[in-house]
Amino acid sequence: MRYTIIKKNIIMKILVCISNVPDTTTKIKFKDNNTTFDEEGVQWIINPWDELALTRALELKEKTGKVEHIAVANVGEKVTEATLRKALAVGADKAYRINSSPADSFSVASELAAFIKEQDYDIILTGIESSDYNNAATGGMLAELLDMQSISSASSLDINEDEIVLGREIEGGKETLSVSTPFVGIVQKGIALEPRIPAMRGIMMARKKPLETIEPAGAAPLVEYTEFELPPEKGDCKMYDAENVDQLIEDLDKEAKIL
Amino acid sequence: MSVLVYTENWEGQFKKKTFELVSYAHAIADQLGTAVTAISIGKVEDSELKKLGNYGAAKVKHLDTALETLDNQIFAKAIADMAVEEDSGVIVFSDNFTGKALAPRLSARLKAGFAGGVTALPESFDPFIIKSKVFSGKAFGKVTINSDKKIIALQTNSFDIKENPVEVAVEKGSLEGDSSLKLKDVNKVTDKIILTDAEVIVSGGRGMKSPDNWGGIEELAEKLGAATGCSRPVSDDGWRPHEEHVGQTGKVVAPNVYIALGISGAIQHIAGISGSKYIVAVNKDEEAPIFNVADFGIVGDVNEVIPKMVEAVEKLKG
Repeated sequence: MRYTIIKKNIIMKILVCISNVPDTTTKIKFKDNNTTFDEEGVQWIINPWDELALTRALELKEKTGKVEHIAVANVGEKVTEATLRKALAVGADKAYRINSSPADSFSVASELAAFIKEQDYDIILTGIESSDYNNAATGGMLAELLDMQSISSASSLDINEDEIVLGREIEGGKETLSVSTPFVGIVQKGIALEPRIPAMRGIMMARKKPLETIEPAGAAPLVEYTEFELPPEKGDCKMYDAENVDQLIEDLDKEAKIL
Repeated sequence: MSVLVYTENWEGQFKKKTFELVSYAHAIADQLGTAVTAISIGKVEDSELKKLGNYGAAKVKHLDTALETLDNQIFAKAIADMAVEEDSGVIVFSDNFTGKALAPRLSARLKAGFAGGVTALPESFDPFIIKSKVFSGKAFGKVTINSDKKIIALQTNSFDIKENPVEVAVEKGSLEGDSSLKLKDVNKVTDKIILTDAEVIVSGGRGMKSPDNWGGIEELAEKLGAATGCSRPVSDDGWRPHEEHVGQTGKVVAPNVYIALGISGAIQHIAGISGSKYIVAVNKDEEAPIFNVADFGIVGDVNEVIPKMVEAVEKLKG
């Protein structure tokens, strides 16, 4: 069901895959001999890039009239439902929680793929990476498992009268591409400006919106995180007087060979 | 067995980071007692391809193509086929836009475990354990890859180039496919140093007070052959394009020297620069958290200090 040109009456369905991650201000700690991330006191949020993807999907629904439905999906345990409710509160129509504890990017992508295969989304969006494991892998893996095209590092997405246009950052520049549906858009900063903050009305409405639990396919991981460590502590900062910039530059060059 | 390395080219040329990557692949191959095969897609002259031999690539598979741009689906399939044909135990990518676009697809296709954000050689080969950045550089995780084939993406500027001249065999092929992408426009930035490639980055924050003051940053960057960056508030307010945003949700960088001017050092910014070898900070607030991670610091008004830095660099250059 690939159509390069959007016919007049074709209305699309968008799925945004969201990850539940520690707030970006979190000070990272580990426990059990550095084998496990210490979740104590951690605030959980929608992964920032996924949140921007959702924001763009909502903008497209409002502006183009070509999007009829926006769903969000997350692979996680029951605690992640708070994050899904937030996505509903800012405007997603339906949420799915695939009931499995995420083991690695591959198992998450496999769970999402098994779910998506049974659905008929035209556009699937994921953030370029999650701010916890930063593997930047789930979106690409998902596209491969679905045998769909993927456009990575996308920083703009538009649904025009007769085509879908994506902008992506490449090494040393930008490209504008026209794409056919279905596809997986792997988005980064720029795709939308500010994420939305749920309003009271949205929060009330979100309670009535459907949040469906999906049984996992039981995908096995390919990798395992066995131990964690914090970066080595930095030594003291060598301070210079604002009138002594020459000395700083000279010392910096001696150590780092900048010239 | 072999180690396969994907060598991207820019208008038919390789970059320093390509040679870093091949040096890295060679170091792995050395430990495994095998050889490096490089795969290059697109128009590249043989003389350029042969340069890969200087860093240890024994074989170069060169696929010419009529595709007008990177099609992740077609490229990933070709590289996966090559990995099978070459019996590659380890497949190495650069952890850049292209690597991030291709490596995960390859991983899913080959059911080969993938570790991104890698900054060093594997800690052990059996089992295969490698360190990878997690929590946006706030920590490292040791990743055990259990599959037969392993895929890794190496961060730029994290491995030193090493010459290992070998006789290189160039084998030709072609990459065909019917792309579902149509390239409408390309906007290449050729006159600026790419932020994630840069050896030196000069970066500005709110302390710069106004976008009109960026001339000083650009001048200093030019004198140092550096790229320019900025903090999140600066890009959010539209003072600078979002491509310049350095930090957890922007670009994670690992230059030799990062110069933070008027950046207080929010935890998300520090996460994005923690891979830097040296950090220089100028800020009017002596309590600014940036000084906790900096190696060289000045407490003062950036707009007064920057011209002095320019002058000092000129003086040193002689």
